[in-house]
Amino acid sequence: MTHTLAVLVENTPGILARVAGLFSRRGFNIDSLAVGRSEDPGISRMTIVVEGDDSILEQVTKQLHKLIDVIKITDVTRDDFVDRELVMIKVNTETSTRAEIMQLVDIFRARIVDVGPKSLTIEVTGYESKINAFENSLRPFGILEMVRTGKVAMLRGFKSITINERQKREDTN
Amino acid sequence: MNYSGAEILIKSLEAENVDTIFGYPGGQVLPIYDALYDADIRHILCRHEQGAAHAADGYARATGRPGVCLATSGPGATNLVTGIANAHMDSVPLVAITGQVPWSLLGRDSFQEADITGITLPITKHSYLVRDPSELARIVKEAFYIATTGRPGPVLIDIPKDVSSTSSEYIVPEELHLPGYKPVSEADPRQVLEAAKAIAKSERPVIYAGGGVVISGAQDELVRFAELLMAPVATTLMGLGGFPGNHPLSLGMLGMHGTKYANFAVCECDLLIAVGARFDDRVTGKLETFANEAKVIHIDIDPAEIGKNVRVDIPVNGDVKIVLKQLMDILQPRLGEAWREKIQTWKKEYPIDFCDNGELKPQAVIQEIYRQTGGDARITTEVGQHQMWTAQYYTFSKPRSFISSGGLGTMGYGMPAAIGVQAGCPDDTVFDIAGDGSIQMNIQELCTAVNYELPINVAVMDNGFLGMVRQWQELFYNRRYSHTKLFNPDFVKLAEAYGAEGFRVTKRSEITPVLEQAIRSSKPVMIDFMVESEENVMPMVPPGESLSKMLG
Repeated sequence: MTHTLAVLVENTPGILARVAGLFSRRGFNIDSLAVGRSEDPGISRMTIVVEGDDSILEQVTKQLHKLIDVIKITDVTRDDFVDRELVMIKVNTETSTRAEIMQLVDIFRARIVDVGPKSLTIEVTGYESKINAFENSLRPFGILEMVRTGKVAMLRGFKSITINERQKREDTN
Repeated sequence: MNYSGAEILIKSLEAENVDTIFGYPGGQVLPIYDALYDADIRHILCRHEQGAAHAADGYARATGRPGVCLATSGPGATNLVTGIANAHMDSVPLVAITGQVPWSLLGRDSFQEADITGITLPITKHSYLVRDPSELARIVKEAFYIATTGRPGPVLIDIPKDVSSTSSEYIVPEELHLPGYKPVSEADPRQVLEAAKAIAKSERPVIYAGGGVVISGAQDELVRFAELLMAPVATTLMGLGGFPGNHPLSLGMLGMHGTKYANFAVCECDLLIAVGARFDDRVTGKLETFANEAKVIHIDIDPAEIGKNVRVDIPVNGDVKIVLKQLMDILQPRLGEAWREKIQTWKKEYPIDFCDNGELKPQAVIQEIYRQTGGDARITTEVGQHQMWTAQYYTFSKPRSFISSGGLGTMGYGMPAAIGVQAGCPDDTVFDIAGDGSIQMNIQELCTAVNYELPINVAVMDNGFLGMVRQWQELFYNRRYSHTKLFNPDFVKLAEAYGAEGFRVTKRSEITPVLEQAIRSSKPVMIDFMVESEENVMPMVPPGESLSKMLG
């Protein structure tokens, strides 16, 4: 089963290496890892997608908790959440195929971000199955290059994965 | 008033009550050594950085206070790696301080540059690369707090030379801000209640105690707990001394070279209570058959250990000393006569013993060390057959009396560790029980012992082989002794060359007088016991086999 973890970490140098190293040396496979600043500039948020049964997930979570800079880990998999990934695809275009590709861009609500004489660079965001479908539909034209950011996820509704004010106060005392 | 980074470091160490540092100077730690010159801290100059790390580790295990080692950048720092990994595997509070090339040279493959924080990421509890001298006071305070609390472990502080030589204010941080680090102490009462219910229902409980008991200082609680339950106690190698070896409920060590009665008891118990132990493969043997009739309660301060190797029915996350108290508050005493009688029968039927043919046997030497020290000595070991014989034939009844490399199995650990132990416990008799292979891995540290007048005793069980490897070759590789026969130096002359006393024992009758002389001596002593060369450690569970299938 695939699990999506939202991990809040202190924004310190080396934390990414610590997290990535923890996964690799224990043989846990990361499907995707996206990291960036959270609403608090001192705290980064990682979204980690990891494949494994419940016992693997338990070990991943416990081992992550052992890292001093990891503040909070939430498995959003069983919650109601939205996830997105940004992908850029550079596709081969001929005069004869350009219109067809632009139609596909419309259908998938993607966006053309660069136009070259023999290529189009397209940006698309969405959840995994949409991106896979878009990629498959472009493949016959010849994908020259593709880059994916990795998945980011957020709980739906008012629920949020942050460090609340009370926890912050306790931490400083 | 401003101080250099190095001065701030030393002031911060003094604030942590550090009285001894084990180290080795070099170019990138010169500012630190210069600040150390006036400090009220004893520095012990080891002969190799690995020796410094093990000495700090031995100091920490014997005293319960964090050990500190100091090395320069590059090779100095990388020489600490084995010592740091060793401390990590056995949960030893260690603060390793390394010098680093200045920031302007970092990342350029500069002379004596090594990315030591990167190299040690998987073997430290936490690490720091210091960017500014103003951070040092906070970092040192955090490092000691992290190293000593929760499940202890090594913390590395890497200090570039420009950081240690430039000035800043020395501001002592009043509070620590570590939002991700909240070590537990008390367990969830619901988990404790579940455990108590399972204990009340059990007819054949066994307590399996590990190094966590020693670290937590829970020996008294464990004795009361075992007596309340009338449950036998088997300990791991790291747990030796955590429960008195001479207590009637003691089963001694379990696992690969454990007693037969400990292993039988684990195989037949209906409840296994793991206390501060981590189900190492040397303990469990074949996992599918390990305590497979039993419910398992696992008490541990590190939640990641619970369920890591074996299925656990009742997890109890907390400090073992506190958890045992919580449990005893709600437990009723029990009797369990039939189970006790069965264990007594096993004990009588399968005592730990060796074939005493009057030759110079390593087991007899260890028994005599026990007799002469009354079990009061601090014993360190290297790694191999002699280590297992020590675990089997020296009865450890006090916590922190057995100091050995368990998890990593580091040859060359015992002698530098003995130096750390003697430095931390100057009034105690300290023995390093060694093998002729292991001792040669850090034999240069004998000079350190002589230099600082640390009267350690080194008892070399000299069988002319890498004994444990030879034993495996004998049992599992058809006696093909591939590269395990050793050519040795004259250990007596070597000891004398270092300024220590040297003795050689070739006959059984010489053991007692030579040991008496060694213990009386105020100098470091090395005794070369020329023991029988093909003696084996028995009993033995073959690797990957069930605990019930012991050889010997």
